[in-house]
Amino acid sequence: MSILVFAEHDNSSLKQATLSVLAAAKEIGGDIDVLVAGENCGAVAEQAAKADGVNKVLVADNAAYGHFLGENLGELVAELGKNYSHILAAAGTTGKDFMPRVAALLDVAQISDIMGVVDADTFVRPIYAGNAIATVKSKDSTKVITVRPTAFDPVAAEAGSASVENLDVVKDAGLSSFVKEELAQSDRPDLASASIVISGGRGMQNGENFKMLEQVADLLGAAVGASRAAVDAGFVPNDMQVGQTGKIVAPQLYIAVGISGAIQHLAGMGDSKVIVAINKDEEAPIFQVADYGLVADLFEAIPQLEEELKKVL
Amino acid sequence: MKVLVAVKRVIDYNVKVRVKPDNSGVDLANVKMAMNPFCEIAVEEAVRLKEKGVASEIVVVSIGPKAAQEQIRTALALGADRGIHVETDQEVQSLEAAKLLKAVVEKEEPKLVILGKQSIDSDNNQTGQMLAALTGMPQGTFASEVVVEGEKVNVTREVDGGLMTVSLNLPAVVTTDLRLNEPRYASLPNIMKAKKKPLDATSPADLGVDISPRLETVKVEAPAARKAGIKVEDVAQLVDKLKNEAKVI
Ligand SMILES: Cc1cc2nc3c(=O)[nH]c(=O)nc-3n(C[C@H](O)[C@H](O)[C@H](O)COP(=O)(O)OP(=O)(O)OC[C@H]3O[C@@H](n4cnc5c(N)ncnc54)[C@H](O)[C@@H]3O)c2cc1C
Repeated sequence: MSILVFAEHDNSSLKQATLSVLAAAKEIGGDIDVLVAGENCGAVAEQAAKADGVNKVLVADNAAYGHFLGENLGELVAELGKNYSHILAAAGTTGKDFMPRVAALLDVAQISDIMGVVDADTFVRPIYAGNAIATVKSKDSTKVITVRPTAFDPVAAEAGSASVENLDVVKDAGLSSFVKEELAQSDRPDLASASIVISGGRGMQNGENFKMLEQVADLLGAAVGASRAAVDAGFVPNDMQVGQTGKIVAPQLYIAVGISGAIQHLAGMGDSKVIVAINKDEEAPIFQVADYGLVADLFEAIPQLEEELKKVL
Repeated sequence: MKVLVAVKRVIDYNVKVRVKPDNSGVDLANVKMAMNPFCEIAVEEAVRLKEKGVASEIVVVSIGPKAAQEQIRTALALGADRGIHVETDQEVQSLEAAKLLKAVVEKEEPKLVILGKQSIDSDNNQTGQMLAALTGMPQGTFASEVVVEGEKVNVTREVDGGLMTVSLNLPAVVTTDLRLNEPRYASLPNIMKAKKKPLDATSPADLGVDISPRLETVKVEAPAARKAGIKVEDVAQLVDKLKNEAKVI
């Protein structure tokens, strides 16, 4: 067996999620090559070469891949992937965008968002917002798979020294072009991999009030997330949405503030180690999954939390 | 410009999903079914394009059992002009759905195809991208804004880091995210009118597509249940528990 892992990165550093995808690849077993496709992404290739379990790093460095356009990546990965039994990418917005194109071009099914490996053909994945867990077996010769990073412990980042090979294949489909990007700037940890997350919901009432959560987050070294309702209402941007159709998080500690606990929200944080809920409605469904529930008005509880944390941290 | 919208009949998003005791799947007997929420957003976007004079005709297509005609009628009531029903009682997986839609696209030749980014049953997030690859079209996935300008469409996409705008040559595929629009409700007169709008039926065999599934479902289980914990009295107790019991801060 031979596995091609697509490296997720921003042209300067390798995303932590890739280390989790490598862990999934190791569970499948076989030689693991990593593809670094991007523009001026040499530094990423060097990082990928050090990750545990990597046999070879393939680098496709060209302007056509600079913004990770799905049309171009789809063609590149479909061509390279033909030689592999498995093609893996993280189930983030990049992988979700181009991987189905790879599968379609290879005329195989895609297995989305796997959270477990049974054997080389059989995988475990959530369906119905995680209300059911399916075990599926692929009959295809090439398995195209996106991996839920939170379900696999990352491999060591500094463990190996794989060879690096530059590819000269340039796939520019000429169908799409990049216009602009508005990326969230934050000094806080990345939501998807933070070990503590504090999220606010509709109960926060407005974007200004999220500052209260940010202050607590900064004491804890936490990332700040949100429910769909808070994003829809314009309190905070879309990249903060946790849930079935937003980001999947599984931190050591998840604090839900003014969030009712709809199944779509639970789908994104239900695998957190410890869940805290702060809600003024004692009947709120979030309490059914919370390890520690506090029935309180958040506008009193959050300032108190900040004070108490200052005492103990 | 002609717009094609694909809609899927799925379990209503409010229904509590139950796994069948024999672990063969999810129990769909007697549960409320509805149009997939992301497909509602797709229909709404097409209708808005028509109201702006950008779209001239909206064709809505659904793949599924006879009952999927209900969702096509809903789309017609919301403003689509005619429907195509690809009727089958078999399970249709994403690749096969994309192949069926490709056959419809080849017949209809739309300038824009709008689909939901994922259906809330399989949670696959694949069909739009697969359709785009099979038809050689560009794709604007997870769209929060769609602006047609001449022979191009600018799509703002909800990505992990924030927002990203791409420019696509038409014809193109767009998949919807939650912030694209807020779907309207169908009015009673429009529901009545929709009953008279044309709805053509076809089948996978008519379209020449083999829909045998590639993925076999070995079993479906309920997720490990999380035990409800305790209620704390106040913030001080909460912080004490987090520090000394759970040891997470
Ligand atoms: C297709 C689809 C996809 C979806 N995807 C997602 C997703 O990815 N993520 C997601 O989160 N949701 C998602 N949803 C939406 C989900 O169904 C819920 O509507 C949403 O999660 C509700 O957000 P909320 O808990 O913030 O708001 P509400 O349900 O309105 O809850 C607000 C809570 O705040 C509490 N509260 C109010 N004021 C205070 C106060 N002063 N102090 C303390 N507590 C207070 C209330 O008691 C209440 O429990 C999706 C829905 C659909 C249909």
